[in-house]
Parts: sequence; structure tokens; C-alpha cells
Amino acid sequence: MNNINKTKKIIVDKPLKLDCGKIINNFPIAYETYGTLNEKKDNAILVFHALTGDQFVSGVNPITKKDGWWSYAVGPDKAMDTNKYFVICSNVIGGCMGSYGPSDIDPTTNKILGTTFPVVTINDMVNAQYNLLDFFKIDKLFCVIGGSMGGMQVLQFINNFPNKAKIAVPIACTASHSAQNIAFNELGRQSIMADANWLNGNYSNENSNPNKGLSVARMAAHITYLSKKGLQEKFGRKLQKRDDLKFSFDADFQIESYLRHQGSVFVDRFDANSYLYITRAMDYFDLIKQHDGNLSKAFIQSKTKFFVISFTSDWLYPTSENKDIVIALNAIGADVGFVEIESDKGHDSFLLNVPEFLSTLKNFINTSYLMN
Amino acid sequence: MKQEFKIIANLVEKNTRALDVGCGDGILMEFLKNNKKIDIRGIEISKKNVQKCVGKGLTVIEGDAEKDLIQFPDRSFDFVILSQTLQAFLNPEIVINELLRVGKKAIVTIPNFGFWKVRLHLLIKGTMPITENLPDEWYTTPNLHMCTIKDFFNFCNNRKIKLDKALAFHNKKTSFIKNSNLNIKNLSAELGIFLIEK
Repeated sequence: MNNINKTKKIIVDKPLKLDCGKIINNFPIAYETYGTLNEKKDNAILVFHALTGDQFVSGVNPITKKDGWWSYAVGPDKAMDTNKYFVICSNVIGGCMGSYGPSDIDPTTNKILGTTFPVVTINDMVNAQYNLLDFFKIDKLFCVIGGSMGGMQVLQFINNFPNKAKIAVPIACTASHSAQNIAFNELGRQSIMADANWLNGNYSNENSNPNKGLSVARMAAHITYLSKKGLQEKFGRKLQKRDDLKFSFDADFQIESYLRHQGSVFVDRFDANSYLYITRAMDYFDLIKQHDGNLSKAFIQSKTKFFVISFTSDWLYPTSENKDIVIALNAIGADVGFVEIESDKGHDSFLLNVPEFLSTLKNFINTSYLMN
Repeated sequence: MKQEFKIIANLVEKNTRALDVGCGDGILMEFLKNNKKIDIRGIEISKKNVQKCVGKGLTVIEGDAEKDLIQFPDRSFDFVILSQTLQAFLNPEIVINELLRVGKKAIVTIPNFGFWKVRLHLLIKGTMPITENLPDEWYTTPNLHMCTIKDFFNFCNNRKIKLDKALAFHNKKTSFIKNSNLNIKNLSAELGIFLIEK
């Protein structure tokens, strides 16, 4: 991964005790910002990214040269209008875009950490990113927001720092990773680890790369981000640049070719070990268990205004799981709004051009900013 | 804002916490928030309306009153408002019980099926009544359990629900409903507005 050294970073010198017990010191957090922090410092939005996201939310990602992953929602005049708001996003620890992760070098051995990197959790990710508030000298964020794993970080952030955000927007997420989601993540991990080039996580030191395993992991996961209806409408049984079936195991169907493409472009930008670590963090996420079965307790200290959003065709983080968050908040009389957006685009809806979602989000953010 | 909402707003005490069940596009919520400093929440079944409310800066959750009131703790609101939707529920009695569990008081309004125009329509034409308050055909109406002011009045008495205020509304005028004038009001009012508590 070239150019990674060009990304903005802070080096956190405050020791961070991870959930696994290990303490990390002087570790980097790679971040990016959009817009300008105003004088009152009350217009900052902290965006948390999902599994394969990074700090490049909007504009052109300098590493992949593609649009930032949330370009539909963040930018001038967008839902998170960078003419008004100061948007911060950082790469999670365990990631591979410049924050402390398994592709970093161990200074004691001069070798790439690989699986000697500690297992991190959503809680660790959030605690690490909290250092950005100190760095920017922001006392209270206007908003914390994120979809999928980003939404989990939103929930964990409010749990850890109850009054450090005026509003919180968890999107298409859950308070407790389900068995089905753990199963899908395990499928991805096993696919990586089954690749002979994985070398027990030591591939980078041996000039190798488990590209096939990582690619299959991405293909499988990608299916879970879409809906059956969306797939059927986009691909159906359409054939890939051929008039008839070839009676082979080539990519006869467009959907096969599409998935192979998704897999192959993914390996160019993502580290296989990071994929293992981040999926593990998601699986370990259980905010309900953190509070002995009572999710409400996670939010009881907070005065934050919540808005929970789910999508009709998202079967990975279904409306019911998002609603559980709403129910827990209502049980303690918290200020919580909720809407389920109609969309055929599955879990990926939050990343795509879904006008009703984007306009609702924009309305919520703008009206909340004006309120005291 | 329609007259009915003004009457409801008058029944809600200032600086209290209220829940508008079936809040629509949030007109009443907005009024209560701005004019009576009510800490107001809404629950609404239509996505479009929820989005409209969000645009007005109102706190609304998308949900079905029949299923989703359960998430609110006992007596977590001073007032719970239900405007002209009681008759559309599968089980109005359960909804009333839920309103009175979640709220210390509830404000319920009902289109009066005992109104003389409704009775006359059925008597003369012999078809299901269509009026301003009941505009739908029998095959499209969302109303499953129509009742009269007298029905609701009796229901409350039978269930030991206290009627703090019972108002009849007709021709932009409101008047009190009492035991003594119940039959007359049941004939002359288009709408019944009730402030109840358990």
C-alpha cells in the first residue's frame, strides 16, 4: 500500500489499555478532515467508518484514487455539509490505512506484526479515536455518526463518553453482533486462513499475500451487503459478454464476474490480517452484555439526542436489531427518533445514493444543529 | 391548525412531557412544543410523515401504536394524545389501556358515529355513512371499530376510567358532556374529546 505515509496522523502518547489486557503506547491514528472547525468549536462531526472503510470519507481517496466511501453523504451541500460542519474521520486501530494495525512494524524485531498484533475491540477503537478530540481541542462534538460497524462505534462512544456529543446517529447497526453475522465473518476469516499464502499471518515478512483468500472473503461478504431483489434486478441471469453458457467454470453470469471484480479490487486496497482483526472486533461487540443484559444502562448517563436509521431490505443488520436500540433508549426516556428507510439496496443502502435517506439525514442534522 | 388540535392543546398543561400517538406530520407537536413548552415525542406509522417531522426538528419514532407503545415505561408521560385513530385499531381496548399505562393522563378524540347526520345517512340512504369526519367508503375505510360518544362514555364508566373532561365538538364550538345531556350531545356533536385517567 503506497502513499500511506502521506496520510495525516497523530501519535497518541497516552497509554491505552486494550480490552485484551495489553497496553499500547505511542501508536498512530491516521485521520482526515473536511470543512472548517468554527471558533466556538461546536460544529464537529466525528464519522466512524465500517469494516472496510477508512478515513477518506469524501472527495477523492488519495490511495485508491476513487471517491471517498461516503461521498453521497459528506461534502459541500450534502447531508453532512462541509460548508457548515467540520467532519473528522479516522482509520480504526487494527486497520490498514495508517492507524496502528497488524501491517505495522514491530520496532523490537523490525518485522511486520501480523498476528502478533493484539486482538482489538470496538471499545478499543473508540477509546483510541477519542484522542482526536484532545488533538483538535474540541470539548464536545456536535455529532457522532456511522453505519454498520461505524454505528456500533457510535453506540460505544456514547456509552464511554456520555456527554461528549450533542447528537448521535447510529445507522444500520446493532447493539450485539448476531450469530448470523459472526458466522459470515468466520466464513471470511476461514477463507483467508485457508489460503496457503497466508502463512499464519506472516505473509508480509515472506513477500507473499493471501489474495485469493481475501478476495473470496470479500465476495462472500459483498453478497450480504445486497438484497435478493436488488441482485435480481441488477443482474438476474444475465450472461457476461457471451451469447450462451460455456459449459465451464468461467464467469458465465454477470453476477459472477461482478463478484470476482469486487474481490480482486479489494485485495489491492486491504490487508488480509486487518480483515481478520476488524471482523473479530465486530463479533466481540455486545453492548448488551457489557451492561448485564440491560442495554438502557449504556445510555443512562447521556443527554445526547439520538436518531436511529435502518433500511427495509437490510437483512444483515435488520430493522428489528436497530429497533432494539430505540426501545432501550425509550425505556429511559431518552430523546430518540427512528425511521426505517424504504430501499432495495440492502445493507449497503447507507453508502449509496438513497435520496430519502440522505434528505432525512440532512434534515435531522441541520435542525439539530440549530437547536439548543 | 385545525380546531380540534387547539382544544387538545388547551387540555395539555404547560412544561409537561407528552406523547402524540399517530402524530402525522407533526402539526400538533410543533404547536405544543413552541407554545406550551411541552417536551413532546411522537410515534407515527407512515415513513413519509416521520420524515416530515424530522424536517421540523421533532423527535418521532416510526412505529405502530398497537405494537410499539410497549417500549415506554409506566407513567413516563404526563399526557398521551390519540387523535381520531382509536377506531382504526384492531383492539381499541388494549390501546386505551396502554395509553393509560404510559401516560398519567390521556387525551382521546373520536369521530362520533352517533352524530345525527351519520344516523340520518344510514336511516334514509341505507348505506354506510360518509361525512366530513368519516370520508371513506366502507371498503376503503381504515375504521374498524366505530363508536359513539355515548359508547365511549359508557366504556369509561364500565372500566372505571376517570373522565376528567368530556367535550362535545360541533360547528367550531365545544361544550361539556355530562350524564344529564349525554343523549343530546351524542346526537349533536361530530367529535368527542376526552381527557381520561385511570
